[in-house]
Amino acid sequence: MEGNIGELGQYIGVGLTAIGMGGAAIGVGNVAGNFLSGALRNPSAAASQTATLFIGMAFAEALGIFSFLVALLLMFAV
Amino acid sequence: MATEAHGEATGLSFHPMDQFIVRPLFSDGPVHWYTPTNVTLWLFAIVLATLALLVLGTRGRAIVPNRSQSMAEMSYGMIHKMVGDIAGKDGLKYFPYIMTLFMFVLFANFLGLLPMAFTVTSHIAVTGFLALAVFLTVTVIGFVKNGAHFLDLFWVRSAPLAIRPVLAVIEVISYFVRPLSLSIRLAGNMIAGHAVIKVFAGFAALILINPGLGALVTPVSILAVVGMYAFEILVAFIQAYVFTILTCVYLKDALHPSH
Repeated sequence: MEGNIGELGQYIGVGLTAIGMGGAAIGVGNVAGNFLSGALRNPSAAASQTATLFIGMAFAEALGIFSFLVALLLMFAV
Repeated sequence: MATEAHGEATGLSFHPMDQFIVRPLFSDGPVHWYTPTNVTLWLFAIVLATLALLVLGTRGRAIVPNRSQSMAEMSYGMIHKMVGDIAGKDGLKYFPYIMTLFMFVLFANFLGLLPMAFTVTSHIAVTGFLALAVFLTVTVIGFVKNGAHFLDLFWVRSAPLAIRPVLAVIEVISYFVRPLSLSIRLAGNMIAGHAVIKVFAGFAALILINPGLGALVTPVSILAVVGMYAFEILVAFIQAYVFTILTCVYLKDALHPSH
């Protein structure tokens, strides 16, 4: 076992950012699931709401991407 | 970016981030602002591909369109409808800009999926500039069209007076984080997808080193590469679509700032 403690913390931090991915997964799943349950109740209104679906998914997903960005910054920029 | 990670020469070593390195086209020298690099090459390819689809594709002007003409008409119609639906009738004045953004991002994402290609939109320098241009344009339009009333966007009149200052702080933060989230969403999706494909491709080479374990891992990895590639084609379109649709939403906020 050798190496410096800063690098150890860096790699642990990169691993921890994977938790953010779980959060984004919950968010995107929530958006899609609620859209589907609404769309199955009223299929005729579903087509007009796909744009809203994608906007909601993009917002939910962006925060997961931010955690990926933190991982990249820790790996290559710090 | 990933150059310092090239330590070990033996065993299974793969470099999923190497595909994002900006390299000069004709020499190995340093990259200046005027050096032709692979970014230049692929930016040029994007412009050519867009021209080929939209100009050459519709050249025949047939009543019954052929394949390329109907693709061009479909993309034009889709964006035109999106701008009209979301930004409103007065937003249609800015349709050419939004169409340009969509075609650029779409072809950057699609051409980046070609083997050995360079994904221009995987660099935050590119997407950040696109997002900053959208942000500045929308802000300027908002102030020119509405004057000081544009600030109503941050002062939510439908909310009770007591919580309006809190909402104003939140609205200001969410307004200024827009270019950041717009650019990082696109670049992050591109980096993550392409890196995942390369990681699976690296595992697929395991059979060359360890035939026993490789016989198990390699077929699964190759299937995963195929699956991820198909998913990336979907993501390439969806990210271009999302970038455009969010631009339309921001444009709507600028044209009609009252909630």
